[in-house]
Amino acid sequence: MGLEALLIEKTIIVVIVFIVTLTIAAYSTYGERKVAAFIQDRIGPNKAGPFGLMQPLADGMKMLMKEDFVPQQANKFLFHIAPGLSMLTALMVSAVIPWGKTLMIGGRSISVQVTDINIGILYVLSVVSLGVYGIMIGGWASNNKYSLMGALRASSQMISYELPMGLSLIALLMVTGTMSFNEIAAQQSGWNGMQWNIVYQPIGFVLFLVCAFAEANRTPFDLPECEAELVGGYHTEYSSMKLGFFLFAEYAHMFVSSAIISTLYFGGYNFPGINTLYHILPHNIVTLIGIGVLMIKTLFFIFLFMWVRWTIPRFRYDQLMNLGWKRMVPIAIVNIIITAGVVLLFDK
Amino acid sequence: MAEYSLSNRKVLVSNKEMTFSERLYLPAIMKGMGVTLKHFFGKKVTYIHGKDLRNYSSTYRGLHVLKRDDEGRERCVACGLCAVACPAEAITMVAAERLPGEEHLYREEKYAAIYEINMLRCIFCGLCEQACPKEAIYLTDRLVDVELTRKDFIYGKEDLVEKMDNRIDISNRQHH
Repeated sequence: MGLEALLIEKTIIVVIVFIVTLTIAAYSTYGERKVAAFIQDRIGPNKAGPFGLMQPLADGMKMLMKEDFVPQQANKFLFHIAPGLSMLTALMVSAVIPWGKTLMIGGRSISVQVTDINIGILYVLSVVSLGVYGIMIGGWASNNKYSLMGALRASSQMISYELPMGLSLIALLMVTGTMSFNEIAAQQSGWNGMQWNIVYQPIGFVLFLVCAFAEANRTPFDLPECEAELVGGYHTEYSSMKLGFFLFAEYAHMFVSSAIISTLYFGGYNFPGINTLYHILPHNIVTLIGIGVLMIKTLFFIFLFMWVRWTIPRFRYDQLMNLGWKRMVPIAIVNIIITAGVVLLFDK
Repeated sequence: MAEYSLSNRKVLVSNKEMTFSERLYLPAIMKGMGVTLKHFFGKKVTYIHGKDLRNYSSTYRGLHVLKRDDEGRERCVACGLCAVACPAEAITMVAAERLPGEEHLYREEKYAAIYEINMLRCIFCGLCEQACPKEAIYLTDRLVDVELTRKDFIYGKEDLVEKMDNRIDISNRQHH
């Protein structure tokens, strides 16, 4: 009985998270075009439906209708699975994010999270680094020099930025003392929902944010697709919905990264006054407000991703490597040492 | 070598080492994001197609009109000078003789039975207007409509000749 109920509720949560992620990813494409337009003093898509809200649907239709081209010399099998692999890894990360506290339904306390594994952060790091496989396989299988260059850049960039990302998380782990996302989110409910990790780890947050940009292949780290030098980078040879999947995976990745940043550093579902509200309002309503708050934080970070993209140009490749190895890694290590010292001094 | 500058806007390029704050990148990025945020909430410059009209010059050269005189008679005498002047060869016409009883329709003894302008060929240069000895053809500030087939872009007399109840003002183009 208990197991069946667990299976059903987890299935429901998985499906909801899946749908929400895909919807937000789809509307991120619309959001991206709107943000780009607004920053450039334009209006953006406004013809498809009210305010152009049907634009993602129209874009998807367009993608599906296009000719699905496979280069003759391509490795057919790898060429076909690469976009799916990108999408898969982008979606898999969302499994460990705690979207809210708990919902009370029929006397059962259900946590709004697909799974609370106790090595959540390790899981995220490993799945995110798998994400480069989609790009690498796609670039390799295309049998095109530009695609290969894009794939090479993607993999070296990923390796370079995985490191400071991991190091900045180590400093965070010293503060939290746990790798479970659920516990990290719960810890930040102190000070009536204001004890966010950004207070303890401002440098770590900046490092993590920059690395998240690099991991999601977003400007200024979008060298793998770099239109100006590499035609389309790793997806040069892709067309139709396979290209759509690559682009879609980028937005899904962006959404998940934003959710992770919000959870790790910005209190997750916590908001000022959450503990007081739990005493006043029914439990489920406050939890739903918490989910909404996490969504707002996530959307803000998605906006930040876009805002940065339409503000600054991309790095040159040597600048990228210099920044990664000569700046980010040392700063991350110093951050760890300082954090360790502070934890040692004050926690005892 | 002396440095002369006529505009006083000359800037010397320097390859100096970046300062610490420049090497951090973040302050400069924040500044740039401030600029883009200002534009985000700024006034948009888009003209919405089909809704807003751009500011046209008062002497804009758009869709042609074949004028009538004040008594409603067509001015065109089908002399063919416009067709000869046309560099894009967009104008064709067939002349006809005015019959007794048609004096209220046509101003002179000869008129254009067919007068066609191919709007896809036309380059809107206005040479037809300059060539016309009878002040019959003028370019106006109206636009050629969007059509679905090439055939529909060939405008005949029914499209070009002005209606007496809806006369087209061409005073801005009467500069000669």
